[in-house]
Parts: sequence; structure tokens; C-alpha cells
Amino acid sequence: MLEILLDATVRAGTPILFATLGAIINERAGIINLGIEGLMLIGALAGFAGTQASGSLLIGVVAAFVAALLAGSIHGFITVQLRGNQIVSGLALTMFGIGITALFGRSMVGLTIAGFERVAIPGLSGLPLIGKAFFNQDLLIYFSFFLVVAIALFFYRTRWGLALRTVGENPAAADTCGVPVILTRFLAVAIGSGIVGIGGAYLSLATTPMWIENMTAGRGWIAVALVIFASWSSYRALAGAYLFGGITAMQLRFQAMGTTVSVHILQMMPYFFTILVLVISTIRLQKGASQQPENLGQPYDREDRK
Amino acid sequence: MSNLLQIKNIRKTFPGVVALDTISLSIARGEIHTLLGENGAGKSTLMNVLTGLYRPDRGEILLDGVSIQLNSPRDSLAMGIGMVHQHFMLVSAHTVFENILLALEGVPNFYSRRTYRQKVQKVLDAFELDLDLDSPVWKLSIGAQQWIELIKLLVRDCRLLILDEPTAVLTPQESARLFQVLTRLRDQGKSILFISHKMREVMEISDRVTVLKKGRSLVSLSRGEYDESRLASLMIGEDQIPMWIKPACKYEQLALEIKNLSARNDRGLADLDNFNMKLYRGQILGVAGVAGNGQKALAEVLTGLKEASSGRILAEGRDITNSTARSSYIAGIAHIPEDRKSIGIAPDMTVGDNLIMKNFASRAFRRWIFQDRAAIRRNASAKINEFAIKAGPDGNPVRYLSGGNIQKVIIARELSEKPAVLVALYPTRGLDIGSAEYVHKVIIDGANQGMSTILISEDLDELLKLSDQIVVMFRGRLVGCVDPQATTREEIGLLMSGEVQS
Repeated sequence: MLEILLDATVRAGTPILFATLGAIINERAGIINLGIEGLMLIGALAGFAGTQASGSLLIGVVAAFVAALLAGSIHGFITVQLRGNQIVSGLALTMFGIGITALFGRSMVGLTIAGFERVAIPGLSGLPLIGKAFFNQDLLIYFSFFLVVAIALFFYRTRWGLALRTVGENPAAADTCGVPVILTRFLAVAIGSGIVGIGGAYLSLATTPMWIENMTAGRGWIAVALVIFASWSSYRALAGAYLFGGITAMQLRFQAMGTTVSVHILQMMPYFFTILVLVISTIRLQKGASQQPENLGQPYDREDRK
Repeated sequence: MSNLLQIKNIRKTFPGVVALDTISLSIARGEIHTLLGENGAGKSTLMNVLTGLYRPDRGEILLDGVSIQLNSPRDSLAMGIGMVHQHFMLVSAHTVFENILLALEGVPNFYSRRTYRQKVQKVLDAFELDLDLDSPVWKLSIGAQQWIELIKLLVRDCRLLILDEPTAVLTPQESARLFQVLTRLRDQGKSILFISHKMREVMEISDRVTVLKKGRSLVSLSRGEYDESRLASLMIGEDQIPMWIKPACKYEQLALEIKNLSARNDRGLADLDNFNMKLYRGQILGVAGVAGNGQKALAEVLTGLKEASSGRILAEGRDITNSTARSSYIAGIAHIPEDRKSIGIAPDMTVGDNLIMKNFASRAFRRWIFQDRAAIRRNASAKINEFAIKAGPDGNPVRYLSGGNIQKVIIARELSEKPAVLVALYPTRGLDIGSAEYVHKVIIDGANQGMSTILISEDLDELLKLSDQIVVMFRGRLVGCVDPQATTREEIGLLMSGEVQS
């Protein structure tokens, strides 16, 4: 029972995990991205269409990454190069994503593909309790484990990672050290957006291998909240995403058991917890536990006189 | 000596402002060249042109006789031009190691942590700096941050080092140490461009001085060709500086008493730690200290912008720390804030509106629920005349005024209600000498009429000149109390560094 619940937790948490990791890369470079929901939808549709057309899941994932990267580049260009308002641009990106996927997704409705299959890791998958949940999963989930560690190492053990964090904290300091601020910020937005797209593709290639209009159902917004909950750390993003995965898995379980509690109340739980998490992490922020990039949301203009 | 860098007829304008008109100067190899000028003369703008942050509209920069284009800080660094900025270019959330690592050249993307930590540690050891590599920069003293900023340059092997008012945040002892290092670098053949408006330092360290005034380079003089009075008259013109006569404080009536006051900052650390102080009627109490040692918190608690976590404030014997009397007491306090543009004024509103911000609801400025525009205008022109504010056309937003005139608007507003206590936080920072003198006059006039002033400043000359008594703050505590007539700059400096207590 617990084993099944844990397995469902990981599977429900993974799309949110990818989205949160991508958003963390954006925000670490100082750019708020409220377009996560739209990017996930674009990734979901591009991933499904790519696989449907080619028959290859890998091509589907790459298509999702590239499509979301391109869509995210619009946000990057507006906020980094043109120094536009990040909130407005992000919201526009979400609406753009919802609209364009509804339009181009119409022909995909009802089609099916062969989604990701489970691949057991010999030895580890036999572990009691966690073996099945963590080591008998599909390749995208293994990739998400890799990404969590890789992003942490990138931030804290590489020079590029240091440059990325510096443009988010104090772009003027980065500039005077010779770091190309505009390019760094733009690339962070583009690549982060691409990773968000993979989160969307997980929904259409693994969770339910088909395209359903608006299939992200607000998961992008949960990711936006989780970035704060995770204090911009990829390890805590993993914990946060699985917390939400767990709540989702549990409410599905309750539904399946046929409780008398209304389905709508149960479906509300993940979003209710989003609000709770925001309250808790905002209180923590105010108490000074923050890792929030100092220049988050601030455009950088070299000749701005302060 | 041959010239390392030559600047010819540089001009730089910002929308509505000519920051640099025509600037020409040359810097030789192995010299310390000082740029002297009042605020607004264009010193910092020129520096930002040299470091590639600003692009000049016109003019030429020659390095080793070859014309160069500086399009970004990257270009400047590649040419060996580096700068210590007035507002530090440090990432406060990052560690000492990370800040220095970013400035190092040729670090591979996947660098070896051990090798580079050793490298950075070696540099710190060479300057006898005892700093923890893993400590985030915000935890360090301002003085230590200044050193890190300098080390960021020295690890890059720059040929020309530019320092923008580096001693503003240092104690006199720390400044002396900095000068030793600079002299050593000069003797190694490096060129140093030094910006300051402290005459004492200019006389001590410069090989050559260039005076800037209103965006023009007036003259370059070598050591021996100038003295203090010559430079002063070049810098501010021929105006006579009047001296104001300060009344002696009688110490009769206690205006304000602060007992064991503590306050915390956003990070939960103590900004004020068991702070005790007494202020008498008509007294000018100077508060000295290196910036960031709790002065701002003191001003904010007194003016009601911040809550005290413990301790008591007594106004004329009444406890007003957390009582309902607090708001009426705060009404009797005038506040000249540190950051005049962001909390002193509403930049986009007119001079007239800014002047009545403290008492906009008073009967004098309203008729029923509507503003009395005529009365507001009358008040504005009266204040503009009284305080000699250059306010520009009627209805001009305050942000178009110069720093000195903005400060006058704030002072005119704050003093309009005849306050009992004035809390002035760095009131002359960034002002030219004429405006600074005016601020001094207002404070002394106020003292004559019984107003008590808490004067928080980092300019020791200003404190020594105005104060009846000087207290020194270090890490949120009061570490000393000296008589300005009997003390020395060295004594105050030692107290500021926290090394001794009196």
C-alpha cells in the first residue's frame, strides 16, 4: 500500500519537479517567470506531436525542450534585452501557451502513442519500500534525479554557475568582473524554459500518453510557488515537488476508495497546499531565512544612474 | 615618465544633464593622480567612462599612445584598467571566495576548488587579511569589504587602478594602511587614479592633482605646484566660506534619554545593542562611527520607522517607547534621512507638494476636504525664498533638482513645524561645500533657538566643528563619548574601529 502510494507520489511529482528546476534557473539569474504554466503546455504538445510524428520518445523530449526554449526566449528577449516588465511578460506567455496549444492541439486530440515504459535498475529496484518508487521508473524520472544533482553542482562548483548566480544577485558586480550580463541572463531564461518544457512533456509522454487540452491543470503555478518554498535550491525543489506529488497521489487514492468527501474538495487539496506553502515560506522569508536573489525582478541597465 | 593614459576632450550627457563637458588629462606610469572636485563635478562619471560602463558621446582615450574604444567593463579589464567603486561591486550573499573567484582571470569552468582556494588564501595572506573564505560578504565590516573590492583588482594585475573615494568608509587607521598599499603599488610602476574630496588625503598621497569643476578639467598640477588653499579656491571658486558661531550648550534640560535600547535588523541581528545616550535641550550631539554600525537604526527607532525590541526612550522624563504618546512625540521630531531621494522626498511630485507633506492636513493648506492650492503655492514660494532653493519653474518635480537643493527642500519641510529634536543622518553627504555650509548654519541656528540635534555623520571635520559632544558607535553599541575641543582624530578613529573603549 505504502509502496504504491510512494510510486504514485514520484510519478505525480516529476512534471512539477522539472518545471520547478527550470524556474529556479530563471530566477537565479534574476528573471521572474510566470509563464511556467504556458511553457509546460507548449512542452506537452510539442513532446506529444514530436513522438507522434517520429515514433521516437527521445525526439519528443527534444522537441518539447526546443519548443519551450523558443517560447521562453520571447520572455527572455522582452525582459532581458528590452528590460520590460517581467510579471506582465510572464503572464502573457502563459496565456500565449494556453491559446496556441489549444489551437494546434486540436488535430492531436484522440491520437495515441506508446509512452515511456518502466525500466528497473537491477539490484536497487529490489530494495524494500523505496526500490519500486525510485528505481523501477521510466527514463525521464532518472533524468530528473540527474538534473537535480547536476544543477546544484553547476551553481556551486562551476564558474558559469557562479556567473549565473552573480547576475541574479548583483548584475553590476558581474558586469565589472567582465561577465556578459545580458547574454548570461538570456541563456538562463531560455535554457530554464526548455527544462520546464520537459516537465510538460512528462505529462503527455508518461503520465497519460495523449494530448488533452489544458492538461497541465495549474501545475505550472504550483511550480512557481515551489521555487520560493525551495529557497532556490534544486534539492529542496525535489522535496517540494514530491510533497505535492504525495498530496495528489493521496487524493487520487481517496477517490478510488470511494469516500463520501466531494471529489472537488479532494482535487482542491494540492492547490490548497500551494497557498499554505506560500504562507509558510513567506513567513520564513521575512524571518531572514531567504536565499532570494537580490536583484530578482530587476532589469539591468548599465548606464542607469543610481 | 611617459604617459600611460591620455584622455582628450571627453563629453558625456544624460537626458537633460551634461555630466562631462570637456575633460582632458593624462596619467603617467607609476604615479598617483588625484581627481579633485565637488560633487556633481563629474568625477564618478569620468571613472565610469574609463571602466567602460558609460560610453562617451565624444572625445578620445589613448592608452600607450594608441586610441582605444571601451565598450564594456570587459574591454577595460582587458586593457588593464580596473576600478574600486564607491558603491561596492560585491555580491553580499556570496562568500569571500566566490566574490574574488569571479574576478580572477582564466578560471576554467570546472575549476579545482582546492587549487583556487589556496590561490585566493595566498592573496589574503599577502595583505595580512584575516578573513574567512566561506563567510558571506554581508557579515563583514565595511572596511573588510573595501579590502575585498581592492583585492578583486589586484588579482587581475591591472596597470591602472581607479579608486572612487575609497576612504569614505574607513577609519583613519584603515585609510593609513590603504595609503601604504597604494604607495607600494605606485613604486612597482602601477598608475593609480584616486578620487577624493578630503583635502588632507589629497595633500598626503598625490603626485599630481587634476581639478574638475562642472564637468570640465580646470588644471593639472604636480606636487609642489599646489597647496591646500590653492586647490580649495580652484575647486569652489572665489567664494568666501563664512564661519558660523556656535552657542555653548548649557546642559540644563534633558530633551531625550535613551536607556538600554536594542533593535534588530531584517536578518535578525542586533542593529542596536544596549544603547544608552542623553540629549539636552539646545545640544548638538555628534554621532561618529564607520557606516553600518547602527547609526541608521538609531535614527529609525527615534523617528518611529522601526520598533525597538527592548529598552526605553524617555522624552522630557516621559516614557514614550511604546506608549500612545509615541506618535505625538514623533511629530515633534524632524528627520533628515540618509537616502534623500528614496525616503526623503516623493521625487515625481512638485516642490510645493513636497514642502507640505508633513502637515498637508493642517487647516492652513485645506478648505474643507479640498487642498488649498493657492496657500500651498504661497507656502512654496516663501520657503523657496527663505532657504534659497533653486527650484526651477513653478510645478517642477523635485527629482529635477540638484542634490543640494533637494536637501534644502527636505530641511525646509522638516523645520517648518519648529521641531524639538532634529535627527540628521549624513545631512551633508554628497553636497558641495556651499550647500554643506548652509546645512551647518541651519543646525546651529536651530540650536540657538533651543532645538536639539543628533548629528550622525562620517565626516570627522564636520562633527568636530559642530558638536557639543561626540559619541562613537561600534556594532550597535556606544563605545565612547568625547569632548570635541579636547579629542583628536586619532582617538575617535580608534574608538570607531572598536579597538578601545573610553
